[in-house]
Amino acid sequence: MRNNCEESITVVCRCEEITIEEIREWIERGYDSFSELKRILRVGMGPCQGRGCRDIVMREISRAHHIPMDEVDPGTVRAPSKPVKIALLAFGKEE
Amino acid sequence: MECKNRADVVIIGAGIVGASTAYNLAKLGVKDVVILDRGTLCGGSTGSCGAGIRAQWGSEMNCRLAIAAIDIFEQLDDELGLPVGLNQGGYLLVAYSEEEFETLKTAMALQNKLGIKSKVVSLEEAREICPALDASDAVGFTFHARDGHADPFLTTFAYVEAAKRLGVSFYRKTECIGIKVEGDRVRGVSTTKGEIDADIVINCSGAYSHVVAKMAGVDIPNWGERHEIMITEPVAPGVCPPMLMSFSGNYYIQQRPHGSIICGMSPDGHEQSFDTSSSWRFAAEMSKKLVRLLPSVKGVRVVRLWAGLYDMTPDGSPIIGETDVKNFYHSTGYSGHGFMLGPVTGRILAQSITGAKPDIDFSTLDYRRFEQGELIVEHSIT
Repeated sequence: MRNNCEESITVVCRCEEITIEEIREWIERGYDSFSELKRILRVGMGPCQGRGCRDIVMREISRAHHIPMDEVDPGTVRAPSKPVKIALLAFGKEE
Repeated sequence: MECKNRADVVIIGAGIVGASTAYNLAKLGVKDVVILDRGTLCGGSTGSCGAGIRAQWGSEMNCRLAIAAIDIFEQLDDELGLPVGLNQGGYLLVAYSEEEFETLKTAMALQNKLGIKSKVVSLEEAREICPALDASDAVGFTFHARDGHADPFLTTFAYVEAAKRLGVSFYRKTECIGIKVEGDRVRGVSTTKGEIDADIVINCSGAYSHVVAKMAGVDIPNWGERHEIMITEPVAPGVCPPMLMSFSGNYYIQQRPHGSIICGMSPDGHEQSFDTSSSWRFAAEMSKKLVRLLPSVKGVRVVRLWAGLYDMTPDGSPIIGETDVKNFYHSTGYSGHGFMLGPVTGRILAQSITGAKPDIDFSTLDYRRFEQGELIVEHSIT
C-alpha cells in the first residue's frame, strides 16, 4: 500500500484512483479537455461519473493552458445521472 | 497550434485506423505525416466501440486480417512504449439453433484452415470459461482463446504518441472541409485551420468517410449506423471473463479486468444515422438479456450509457486502397470492427503506399468491388 504522507500523493478521482500527478503529466503532453484526460486515464469514469473530479481537472487544464475556466471543455455527461441496478432497468423493480 | 501548409501525407481522422496508419507510415520512413481530426483522439467510433478483438470470422479476408491483428496486439505494448490494455479472455460464441451452430462450425473450419485455433466447447466447458453463465437454452458454443479485448483509448493514444516521436504532426480540432483535386490526382486538403498541400491524402474518417470521399468527387456506398452500449460499476472478477457473444441472441457482454461489465447489441433494422444518443429502450432490453444470461448480475449498477456509429458497407467488409483520384486512399467501412483490425490494416496500407509488399494482399477490398459485384460478404457481425 502506498504511504500518502511520505510520498505526498493527491488522489483527484476517488472512483478510479487517479492522482493529480497523472493528470498533470498528460496535460503537459498537450491535452486540454476533460474528455481527453478521461479517455487516457479513466478519470471520471467510475460510479460518480466525474461529480467529484471534473471541476478539479478543469481547473488544472485552465491553469496549465492559460484558458479561462468557462472556456475549458467539460466533456460529455452521460445517462444515467446516478447508477441504476440492472434488475430495475430490466423489470422496473429492484428484486 | 499553427498548421503547416505542406505535408507528404495527410490522414483525415484520429481514430485507431488513422493513428495506426500514421505510425506505420512514419515507421517505414515517410518523413512528413499529418493526422487531423475535427475533434480529438478517439472522438468517434473508436472511442465508443465495444473494444473486442476476435479472429472468429466468417470470411477468409477478415480471418486473415484479424489473426494478423492479434499477432500485432500481443506485442504492441513493447512496440509503442505504452500499455494498450490487452486482455485475452477469448470469445465464447453462442448458437441457439442447430442451423446457427452449423454456421459457426463452418466458419470454424475456415478459421482452423487459416491457423486460428477456435474450437467447439460443451456447455460444461462454457461454464468453466464463463462461470456466471446460464445458457441452458443454447445449442452449441465455439471458443477461441486468443480473442479478447484491448483498451481503444490506450491503444489509439499509444499509436499517436509513438507516431509523434517519429515526427508525425497531430492537429486536433482541425476539420477537413475540402479535398483538393487537380486533373486525376489529389493535391491536398482544406481545413478549418487552413490549406495543407499534400502528395497523398488518406480518408480514415469512419462513419463520415462517405462525406469526406464526396469532397474529392468519390462515391462510396458506406453509411453510419447507431449502436448502443452500456457499462456497469466494477464488481468482483470472474463473472464473464470471455467476450460472450451471439449473432441470433444479438448481444455481446464482457467483464473487463478492471471489474466493470460492458455490453451491447445491434439496433433493429439498419437505419442510416449520425445520431449517437442513448435510449432507455436499449437499457431495458440489454438489462433483460443480462439477467437471463448472467443471473447473478441483477443487483449490479449501470453507470454509463453511450452510442457509437458503425461505418457500414453493403457486404460488411472494409474498403482499403487507392481511389479513382490518384493518391487519394480509403481505409474505411470497417462495419463495426475497425478497432480490432486497425493495427494490421494501418500496417499493410502503409506498406503498400511506400512500395513494400503488404503482409496481406488486400486488393480485393478495393471500393470498385461494389460496382463489379465482387463482394466479400461477412455475416459474422453483431
